[in-house]
Amino acid sequence: MRALRILTRSIRDSFKSVFRNFSLSMASIACTTITLILVAIAICLTYNVRQVTTDLEHELTIVAYLNKDVTDEQKTELENALKTMDNVDSYEMKSKDEWKAEMKEEDQSLENALDIFDENPLLDSVIVKVDDVKNLGETADRLREFDFVSSAEYGEGMVENVIGIFDAVSFGTFAIVIALVLVTAFLISNTIKLTIFSRRTEIEIMRLVGASNTSIKLPFVFEGFVLGVFGSIIPILISIYGYVFLYNQTGGYVFTQIITLVEPFPFVLTVSLILLVIGSLVGMLGSWRAVKKYLKI
Amino acid sequence: MKLIKVEHAYKIYKNGTTAVADLSVSIDKGEFVFVIGSTGSGKSTFIKMLYREEKPTKGSVIVGGIDVAKLRNSKVYKLRRKLGVVFQDFKLLPKLNVYENVAFALETLGLPNDEIRPKVLKAIEAVGLKEKTRNLPSELSGGEQQRVAIARAIVNDPKLLICDEPTGNLDPETSRGIMKILDKINRELGTTIIMATHDKDLVNRMKKRVLVIENGVLASDTKKGSYKVHESIKNTD
Repeated sequence: MRALRILTRSIRDSFKSVFRNFSLSMASIACTTITLILVAIAICLTYNVRQVTTDLEHELTIVAYLNKDVTDEQKTELENALKTMDNVDSYEMKSKDEWKAEMKEEDQSLENALDIFDENPLLDSVIVKVDDVKNLGETADRLREFDFVSSAEYGEGMVENVIGIFDAVSFGTFAIVIALVLVTAFLISNTIKLTIFSRRTEIEIMRLVGASNTSIKLPFVFEGFVLGVFGSIIPILISIYGYVFLYNQTGGYVFTQIITLVEPFPFVLTVSLILLVIGSLVGMLGSWRAVKKYLKI
Repeated sequence: MKLIKVEHAYKIYKNGTTAVADLSVSIDKGEFVFVIGSTGSGKSTFIKMLYREEKPTKGSVIVGGIDVAKLRNSKVYKLRRKLGVVFQDFKLLPKLNVYENVAFALETLGLPNDEIRPKVLKAIEAVGLKEKTRNLPSELSGGEQQRVAIARAIVNDPKLLICDEPTGNLDPETSRGIMKILDKINRELGTTIIMATHDKDLVNRMKKRVLVIENGVLASDTKKGSYKVHESIKNTD
């Protein structure tokens, strides 16, 4: 019962305190707001870069051309093998006639060129999409092992470079988010330290009248929570309205239709939740650390 | 019955300064004791050891059955709940009114509101500030602010009241008013009072027990003493 009373009073006092120490509270809130806006931008960038890299990775395929004299049994053998391969996401058998029809459709001049030949000069093929593009080469090698596979191409060299770049970009943006979260924690914690420094008499009096360390920390920790929550309101609004606006303005694409933006919902709600958690947690931890300093003799 | 028992207590700071050396003294329940000594004599360190603002380096300081030397930081509150402390600079919260400042002590201890209210009003009445319950500290005189600090110190009915130069910032007449209140608390509530002071006039007039601390040691301990004892010690130095 006593603990419950201390808890409810701590919550009540934390709200009172935010308004009583208005200018310092505003400093903490402003600091939280600014840093969380940067965090929000970094999170949006990271998610979108990841989406783009995932989309592009999904476009990477292996095209295996079969020998001219390939039999139907061999094609079935290949299909069965593809079904059992670990890394194969999907495959599409494409006959030389289908290729020819497609090429003719794309370019009229090709139609005339291909008609010169009595027999279709193209080769039957299989287009393979993989689960993990990092193992693209390995899967291509396994296809090459078949005698009736004349070649298996996936853009060696270039693909490895692209994957390397994607990995670096993903890692880079993730590192930026982590760094920003740490900077946020540091800035908020220091601003709260200043707030608490100005209230060290209050802490001193609490200690003098026999308040336990926990009951001294509680109102400050709740206050940190309240400051964190208040500080994350504007970044959350900016994330929601700003991102939806950006999405609508660009139509969901950047530069080309290959680069699509992440759908606003539920994405912005996830970002908002992350911001709220970062703001409130950092506020609480910052306060807790700052008060702890004044509880030592 | 002994409320405070100090035996061979030492306080040596990290820089090597010895503030208190081999100090032994005991104080009974219900006593009113003045602690006097010149600046830097060690009297403030002695007072601070009683409420565990300072920890003795050696020896034992037992207050209300609690050994201060062995008390961990996280358990200091157990000692503080048994005593009240009054300072020269009042240490009031400027944004809380008189009632809230006094109630603050009980609220942080988690007492229910229906218990807090009568206790706070009783303490405020005891120091004669019934008419100023809603005033902020900035709207009070120095003497009134000190009375609020006393009310806060006694609101939890402590067995011991420690006063660290409570009249240091007040004029003689206001000081006399504060002393009247402290004397009344001592006589009527039976609260043991230990008061560090430089106020010669007060010590001489009150005729209470006087502990003189000089160079960190207990120079004299006299029942119904006066400041003269202290001065005679200084003259022989």
